[in-house]
This record gives sequence, C-alpha cells and structure tokens, in this order.
Amino acid sequence: MKVKINGEYREVGAATVVDLLTELGLHPQGTVVERNHEIVDRGAYQETRLAEGDVLELVRLVGGG
Amino acid sequence: MTQNSQDFSREELERYSRNALLAGVGWEGQARWRAARVLVVGAGGIGSAALFYLAAAGVGRLGLVDGDAVEVSNLQRQILHGTADLKRRKAESAKESLAALNPHCRMETFDLRLDPANVGEVVQGFELVLDSCDNFPTRFMVAEACWRIGIPVVSAAATGWHGKLLVTIPGPENPCYRCLVPELPPPEAAPSSTQIGILGAVAGTMGCLQAVEALKLLLGMNSDLTHRLLAYDGLKGRFQSIKRVKRADCPLCGVEK
Repeated sequence: MKVKINGEYREVGAATVVDLLTELGLHPQGTVVERNHEIVDRGAYQETRLAEGDVLELVRLVGGG
Repeated sequence: MTQNSQDFSREELERYSRNALLAGVGWEGQARWRAARVLVVGAGGIGSAALFYLAAAGVGRLGLVDGDAVEVSNLQRQILHGTADLKRRKAESAKESLAALNPHCRMETFDLRLDPANVGEVVQGFELVLDSCDNFPTRFMVAEACWRIGIPVVSAAATGWHGKLLVTIPGPENPCYRCLVPELPPPEAAPSSTQIGILGAVAGTMGCLQAVEALKLLLGMNSDLTHRLLAYDGLKGRFQSIKRVKRADCPLCGVEK
C-alpha cells in the first residue's frame, strides 16, 4: 500500500507500525511514530494497523550532544 | 529611551541595541534577561552554541555543568573550546570563552558529573535549565529533578545528522520528558555519537534553537514546543513537528503510574 513517510510517498509491504519500522530498519524503542497527526503509543506499535494513504512521521530518538 | 534603558551603561545600550528593537523584547526584556539565572547542562556540541548565544544575548547569570576535559575529538563540534584548550577542564575553558564574548555575564561553573545525589542541589535556584548533555541517563536525571522542583527545561539532543528539541514546563496539563521517552532506550535503539558520529553544525543548530526557546521562556512567551517535539533531519534538510501527549502511565508525571 501507499503511505506518506516523512513527506515522501512510498509503497510499503508492512501491515502494522512495527512491521514498517522493521522494513525500514528502524528500532521500535528508538523511534517516535506519528500517524495522521496523532502520536502512536509505543506499546501499541504491534497492534496499530496501517491504512492506504496514512501520513506518517517517523522521528529517530537521539540523546547525544 | 524608555525608563528601563536608563539602567544600562552606554556600552550595554549599544551592545544590546538590536535585542531591544525586537518585537516582544525591548529594554524591559533585556533587563529581564540580565536578571535571569539559567543553567546549561553540558558544554559540548549543543551547549557550546546555546551558551554562546545566551551569553551574547545578555543573560546575566549563567551556570554550566561539565565534568570533562577537552579532547581533540571534541573540537569538530564543541566550539567553546579551541586547540589551545586541549586537556583543560571544559568548565574553565567555556567560562573563559564566554567571558571574552560578554564580560557582563556572570558565570557559575560546576566541574562535576551529575548523579542522583547531586542533581537536585545543582539545579536548585536556577529558573530555567537547558539540557545539552550527551547521554540518556543524564537526561532522565535532569528531567526528573527539574520536574519535581518545578523548573522548566529546554531539552536538545543530536546524534549523526539528526537533532531534536522539546520544552517541558512542570504542570498537571503538560507532558514531561518521560512521556516521550518512558524507558532508557537500549544502545542499539539510539546509537551514540561515538558509534555513528555527529555533525558539528547539526549539534550547533540544535543549540541555537534551544537558546531561542530559552530566551523566549525567560520573557514569559509561550512556545509550541511545550506540547510538541521538533526534530531536524540534517541529511534531508527537513524539520518535523510532532504533537506530544501527557501519558497517564508516564513513569515520572503520570497519574496511573
């Protein structure tokens, strides 16, 4: 399905948020996910299903300085 | 000339003239900055930029915490320190650079590493804290101590090509740092700059943005970032702003923790 990730439309095979992060090589505990302008609870990555046209913002957690 | 400008020397009137012209600042705002007491945790890549701009703007009393010495690998991003400062204490080197920039700024240095036993004592008495440190455990400690005491924090971080920024103002309606990062991320989830590097200009960008937020907060201005996370992707040249929510089960501020 086609979703918008960080401003770009992409074709993805993932059905859930956690699948998507795996597909993109992002660590679930190191990534903040916003789906359609709502932050997704970290505990809900597994059960949150993606839908065609979803707008996702994925933010990598960084702690350095 | 307003009533407030009379409190400043001729040199200060010139030095801060462009500040005073700013919408929402004026000499009243400048006087507020001069009376402010702000703590910056970490005189590294982010803290270098933040401290330089806070001092330049005329913040009257600046505290800085850093328990490290200057290493040559620091110099690609930690612009408070120069090659001649190698092996010196960062607290001392930073103090000297800032005094050279603005002698009106009074510095208070803490040449130590924060730990659970000393963090409360160090942050106590500051009206605003900038978290510019380089690791999650220290971020957690600063977040917890400041939330409990009631001190607002502007938290900036950077690793690789990425940065993030958020503001926490303790209060029943506001999300805290742990609402966003409930548990310490494992090293593989959030690699450090010793693993994946850090671009000096990205760290500096985050420090500049942190200083902007800090200077606004000192004037009582609102910031979107009390309820949002601002992320910067230097590779793409893109900012993201994501709404943060207060978690009922937050380990620090939650009512159902």
